[in-house]
Amino acid sequence: MEGLPILSLMMLVPLAGALACLFSGAAAARWIALGATLLAFVLGIALWSNYQIGGPQWQFTERAELFAGFNYALGIDGIALMLIMLSVFLMPVCILASWDSITKRVGEYMAAFLFMEVLMIGTFAAQDLFLFYIFFEAGLIPMYLIIGVWGGDNRIYASYKFFLYTLFGSVLMLIAMFWMVAEAGTSDIPTLMQYSFPAEAQTWLWLAFFASFAVKVPMWPLHTWLPDAHVQAPTAGSVILAGVLLKLGGYGFIRFSLPMFPEASAQFAWLVFTLSMIAVVYTSLVALVQSDMKKLIAYSSVAHMAIVTVGLFAFNVQGLEGAMIVMLSHGLVSAALFLCVGVIYDRLHTREIARYGGLAINMPYYALFFLLFTMASIGLPGTSGFVGEFLSLAGIYQTSSLVALICTTGIILGAAYMLYLYRRVAFGGQVNEDAAAMRDLSLREWVMMAPIAVAVLWMGVYPESFLAPMRADIAVLDARLAAAAPVGDAALAAGAPRAEAANALPEHSSAEEGAH
Amino acid sequence: MDFAASFALIAPELLLSAAGLALLLVGAWRGDKSARVVAIAAAAALFGAGVMLVPGLHFGTDGPATLAFGGLMKVDSFALFAKALIYLAAIGALVVAPAFFNSAAAGSERGMRAEYPVLILFAALGMSIMVSAHDFMTLYLGLELNSLAAYVLAAILRRDTRSGEAGLKYFVLGALASGILLYGMSLLYGFTGSTAFPAVRAGLTGEMGLGALFGLIFVLSGLAFKISAVPFHMWTPDVYEGAPTPVTAFFATAPKVAAVALTARVTFEVFGAQIAAWQQIVMFMALASIVFGALGAIGQENLKRLLAYSSINNVGFILLGLAVANQGGAAAMLVYLFIYVTMSLGCFVALLMLRDEDGALFETFADIRGLSVTQPLIAGALLVFMFSLAGIPPLLGFYAKFAVFQATVEAGLVAFGAIAIAASVIGAFYYIKFVKVMFFDQPAGVVTGKSGPAHWVLLGLTAAIVSPLGYLLTPSLTDLADKAAASLFFAV
Repeated sequence: MEGLPILSLMMLVPLAGALACLFSGAAAARWIALGATLLAFVLGIALWSNYQIGGPQWQFTERAELFAGFNYALGIDGIALMLIMLSVFLMPVCILASWDSITKRVGEYMAAFLFMEVLMIGTFAAQDLFLFYIFFEAGLIPMYLIIGVWGGDNRIYASYKFFLYTLFGSVLMLIAMFWMVAEAGTSDIPTLMQYSFPAEAQTWLWLAFFASFAVKVPMWPLHTWLPDAHVQAPTAGSVILAGVLLKLGGYGFIRFSLPMFPEASAQFAWLVFTLSMIAVVYTSLVALVQSDMKKLIAYSSVAHMAIVTVGLFAFNVQGLEGAMIVMLSHGLVSAALFLCVGVIYDRLHTREIARYGGLAINMPYYALFFLLFTMASIGLPGTSGFVGEFLSLAGIYQTSSLVALICTTGIILGAAYMLYLYRRVAFGGQVNEDAAAMRDLSLREWVMMAPIAVAVLWMGVYPESFLAPMRADIAVLDARLAAAAPVGDAALAAGAPRAEAANALPEHSSAEEGAH
Repeated sequence: MDFAASFALIAPELLLSAAGLALLLVGAWRGDKSARVVAIAAAAALFGAGVMLVPGLHFGTDGPATLAFGGLMKVDSFALFAKALIYLAAIGALVVAPAFFNSAAAGSERGMRAEYPVLILFAALGMSIMVSAHDFMTLYLGLELNSLAAYVLAAILRRDTRSGEAGLKYFVLGALASGILLYGMSLLYGFTGSTAFPAVRAGLTGEMGLGALFGLIFVLSGLAFKISAVPFHMWTPDVYEGAPTPVTAFFATAPKVAAVALTARVTFEVFGAQIAAWQQIVMFMALASIVFGALGAIGQENLKRLLAYSSINNVGFILLGLAVANQGGAAAMLVYLFIYVTMSLGCFVALLMLRDEDGALFETFADIRGLSVTQPLIAGALLVFMFSLAGIPPLLGFYAKFAVFQATVEAGLVAFGAIAIAASVIGAFYYIKFVKVMFFDQPAGVVTGKSGPAHWVLLGLTAAIVSPLGYLLTPSLTDLADKAAASLFFAV
């Protein structure tokens, strides 16, 4: 595959699709969008199968000096590969999810989603700092339109809040980028990842990047845009927001904050831990009392992403791997949960939990899928959620047992609010006639749900497929962080070895006891 | 003195003056019937003058060979860059005018008057002289030629009270600004004994006296009026709102370029040895313009008023490049100017295309509700311009901000840049309100009229430049701006 610019091609296909959608009718736009996203997915599979595990750190690199001030430079490592795969996997699902529910301005809607896909792939593949920023920020435009044009009743407030929050977070990062490029003399991300900035400057740079990524992740207390945006966005908008856009924050931490500012990351680990611990407990409790399904899942996203940030700042391999798997898993599971909400919202046009009940009776297949994703969200062994959360918490335990303890309560609370949600929606009696009359999954909905279910189980049973491409990159990152890593409170104290085994019985007594 | 060389240097200005005088006569003899011909001839003259700039722009000119008439004018790359922008903006203002003046938008005076293109020509000539000025006398000459033409342009719809009000306000405040500027110039002359830029510069080395400092501040204040930087911005919304829209489009583009270029030349060439004395002033003006421009725009219902505040906001970012006070900053400022002119022109062309069946223009947010349904192409173009003005990538407006902020940070003014960029988020609020009104709200149910091909071409061209395709222009744009900025610093 040498020579074929596959990353550019992956961006070009949805871009061409988007332009075609803008100028075509509703039915044609749907098929064009589905075709383009499927083609991008096929290219993604080609990308993964040609990715050499254990090969060079950066593969599929492309470089062209097209612009003044920065380069068009693309290239991926295992981490970026996995996140690109997540994006191209979810996009056809998003298109299918909006197949019937979007009826006005279909062409523009599909175009917005395809633009979104271009920008997501670009963000993960960019190897130039400013190119990354352009892709990272540009996502605001289509998302603003998706929420604002096709969103719910309170969409305008939600779209403003989403736009201004994320913009404000990002502009300070831009200033920090200028400083870094002026200092290091290059905007090449791989070079910057090995560059040692002065420790006192790292503090400021880290904070500037944190402002952006903490809003994107989102971390408590900057998370308030998320429930609004999720609730108001159309189903597919929520899917892409929860599935991929939140991961941009986590990706930012693992690609920029940690390798570029290791000392500052260690210095501010307490801040990340504190905010994450609050997020896990607080947002889980908030999720428990929601009466709106989408809002509940949105708050659960904040809690799950807090596990990601905790794992990232554990400064060890388990934590980093766990964080990546939680990101991938949450990308699949929260996307699937939003799809589950979308399926019944399309039928009844309400997200009120109380309006449903007993869906397991009239929608058994739906209830089955919903149950699987609920369990994956809780982190049941065998699903992807378990692998990620276990690794993350094992990683953080080595650094701070207190943080691990508090974050683990998130799993328990997660089980509480998810099972409570499931009980109210799927079990119990059928309280409303219209809810009881809803049809089970259509073929289209089967096609949406089944691949995600397979992926969730695959990741839960054999996570090695997903960990293998990232292992070398995480090892490099771990080596880079080793010098700055904080000392964990769980470290064993090396004392003088005991003369005898701890369970050895005294000589004399053993002889006496032996007589029995 | 080699007059032939001097005349060769000012050939574009000679062409413009000759064309202006000749077309004035044509207009006087043939009346308003000839307006169309006069407009086409004026645009051709501007284009011809622009073509004359190409060799100098391409190869870059600086040094003593660029001085004309014994140092009264300086035709270096910097001047050429500004002139090229001014001529292009002036052509834009000519292209969009006939459709406006021939429609109901012009009120009871339907039909374009032959004076309009002639006045645009003279204004462009004045600006051309301004950016080449290398002596306070030349500066004032160019400034007044431009201003007098502009006052009349603002009031060109004689029976329209808003237009008259705009012209009068512009005149009174412009005259006040000219007075302040003249007073500052006279102080500087008094303390240094010359009006030539190099001589004044030589006289202002070392510790600056109080009188000379007053001179500097008065000159800067006068120029701040012309570029409508806070705190001398208050005339802008009224004039922009009242003036006929093609004239507003002109005001928002060409004179901004000229005044900013002039300010840059004065600060670097005259006060180049006293950077510490003016840097803080410019920094304050930049920050204040960004913040007040953005805050003022938030409550506006009238689109032209909103764009007036937006232009104040943008002037703040342009001044950011000036406040950096080095060559990189000046180059970034020029890049910003080019992109700003393109975006503004595009915005105003789009506004001119929004009219009802009779041709009366839509001017408020209420009129453009749901525009994306009734006029998807215009709405799409406006969407591009608005996100671009807000500085959201991947549109070219981001590159403009990219350039000035990079220059700011490279010069070590990190905190200053951080405050400015944080303030720019306030501006994003009203730009996205524009998009919200067009795309999220229910259509207002008005039919919009048809527009001619000239409007569509101009709209398409500006939108294409502002779209991500414009990034392909950035290498050559940066190259030109670097050459221009280098020539500004040649004397240093």
